[in-house]
Amino acid sequence: MLTFIIRRLLWTVLVMFVITVVVFVIFFKTPGVDPARALAGRSPNPQTLAEIRAQLGLGRPFPIEYGIMMKKIFITRDLVSYSNQGVRVVQEVFAASPATLSLVFGAALLWVVLAIAVGIAAALLRGTVFDPLIMVVALVGVSAPVFWVGQIVNMVSQGTMHDTFLFSWVPPLGYTPFTQDPLLWFKGLVLPWITLSILYIGFYGRVLRANLLEVQNEDYVRTARAKGISERRVLLRHTLRTSMITFVSLFGLDFAALVAGGALLTEVVFGIHGVGYLTWQALTNLDLPTLMATTIYGAFFIVLVNAIVDVGYAWLDPRIRPT
Amino acid sequence: MATLLEQAEVDTELRPAIAGRNPWALAARRLWHNRIAMASLVLFLLIVVLCLAAPLYAHDVAHVNPFVPNLNGHTVVNGKVVPVMQRGGGVLKLGETPIGPTWDVSHYFLGADSTGRDVAALLLYGGRSSLLIGIGSAVLCSLAATVIALIAGFFGGVTDSIASRIMDVIWAFPVFLLAICIGTELLTHTNGFQFGPVHVDPTSLWLPTVIIAFIYIPYVYRPVRGQVLSVVNKEFVEAATAQGAGNMRLIFSEILPNVVSTVIVLMPLMIATTILTESALSFLGIGVQPPNVSWGTIIQDGTDLVYTRPWVTIAPGLMILLTVLSLNVLGDGVRDALDPRAKLRVEG
Repeated sequence: MLTFIIRRLLWTVLVMFVITVVVFVIFFKTPGVDPARALAGRSPNPQTLAEIRAQLGLGRPFPIEYGIMMKKIFITRDLVSYSNQGVRVVQEVFAASPATLSLVFGAALLWVVLAIAVGIAAALLRGTVFDPLIMVVALVGVSAPVFWVGQIVNMVSQGTMHDTFLFSWVPPLGYTPFTQDPLLWFKGLVLPWITLSILYIGFYGRVLRANLLEVQNEDYVRTARAKGISERRVLLRHTLRTSMITFVSLFGLDFAALVAGGALLTEVVFGIHGVGYLTWQALTNLDLPTLMATTIYGAFFIVLVNAIVDVGYAWLDPRIRPT
Repeated sequence: MATLLEQAEVDTELRPAIAGRNPWALAARRLWHNRIAMASLVLFLLIVVLCLAAPLYAHDVAHVNPFVPNLNGHTVVNGKVVPVMQRGGGVLKLGETPIGPTWDVSHYFLGADSTGRDVAALLLYGGRSSLLIGIGSAVLCSLAATVIALIAGFFGGVTDSIASRIMDVIWAFPVFLLAICIGTELLTHTNGFQFGPVHVDPTSLWLPTVIIAFIYIPYVYRPVRGQVLSVVNKEFVEAATAQGAGNMRLIFSEILPNVVSTVIVLMPLMIATTILTESALSFLGIGVQPPNVSWGTIIQDGTDLVYTRPWVTIAPGLMILLTVLSLNVLGDGVRDALDPRAKLRVEG
């Protein structure tokens, strides 16, 4: 087990290193693009360009350029955004993360509960008209572009039906920190939570239903039934538990991807100033330093969560522990 | 029991011997008999044909050029001449609001966008870009992933390790962030790029196609490589080796036919995913660039009009929804047809 953890950790560190190199190459070594000009944002003046070249040691050998960049991102953390009046980007990423975490945690809670409900309902109602009906609705949820659903939700809740009792409680778009006003925080996040979770409810519900049906024919489920255990207990103790394996492993990956920037579209549509919103602002302003910071920190988060999930898995289930 | 047996005997006497069919014909038959899948295929083809007919609609029915802003134009509604951009519309009664849907296919069926262009015509042209990029990148991605997977799985050892590790790194990137990084970096260069002998215009549809194809390579690579690994040590490959087949023949005529079905099963789902990704990137402004339009850019354009002219937003979203939904249903059907045993399993 210890060797497994060490190997996995070494691999994680290696992947992180490669990721930083890849991001560096994309931003600094794209053929035919002057990195100083690219980093400076729209319409830079020659003074800024010279400043950038000096600060980042551009024009020096590759490893030194790379080293200076990494030092500015991870150690001194004083990489600044040139198109945004010298804001320190790493601090900005960390300042934006509570909004993203609020959004993703709430949506994750919603989608886990509802996806389990949908999956179980569809599996129990198999053979009736409701099972295919639920699955079609789930598929519609999977097929709808999330930013479009968000726009429609805004249109209804902020526009046409805002004055009716249904949506009069919805605050204007934006994010209020929990510490500032918990009630407003909650009110402002309800619709974004629902919007973000629709896709995952549909997808996880379908996965769970398929797994439930697959497990239903296993010997141990038949044994449980033969023992005379009630159907409910068979479902909760025997079928559901095994079916949750795929569900849980997918959940780890999707959750990490959402925190690392996958919630971007939802954040943009609802004006939630999280990491995704920051990324979007950076790309509309062609603010590459910020983009670099959000990408590297996002990718690191994903790699770390994957490593934790793998180790946790190996700890729980010795069969998948490779040497 | 006896009656059943008798019945069976009668049947074998009356019926001709069962003709042998190849598995592809069997799969096609199964798909043909899957009504829901066929309906979704028809829907998808209908959308494709409609979008291909965009120039016909724009030129012969609506008589507009949807790529030219029409801020001062006029059109006829109920026999009255009205300006395309109407003054004092909207909640604040300020500024100009484009004309709303006329529900008349011959002019401004779905209204106009913020620069007075016909939304219905734009929608069809946008569909061309969206479908082209979606299908193009899915095909490109599957081709690249299959070739890498074949090489990695067939040669194994170091080749396999290197290929798989590279895929792991691409996989580790948040999908959108990787696309955003590449897209933004390329956008900083407004004069086009020189990749060796190839010159790429920054407004070219090739850019989003290649970017999207690239980021999804690992998603196709993993299942295909798994399939290659499960086939590569089978007896028929050994038999071919014994007959003196070279590596090329082994890869392309022995192994490839056995992994093609995996790729085909993934294809509709891949196109669905790439269309969604394209629309998201275009919505963010780093996908399709003006003067080209796609469903994503129309939704983006509709953002400011969402409270006054909602159809600019609703219509392209519905098109995406219908296209992706039909592809997802078709994908389920294709999977069931090619691999009936996997009926209960769900795509990853």
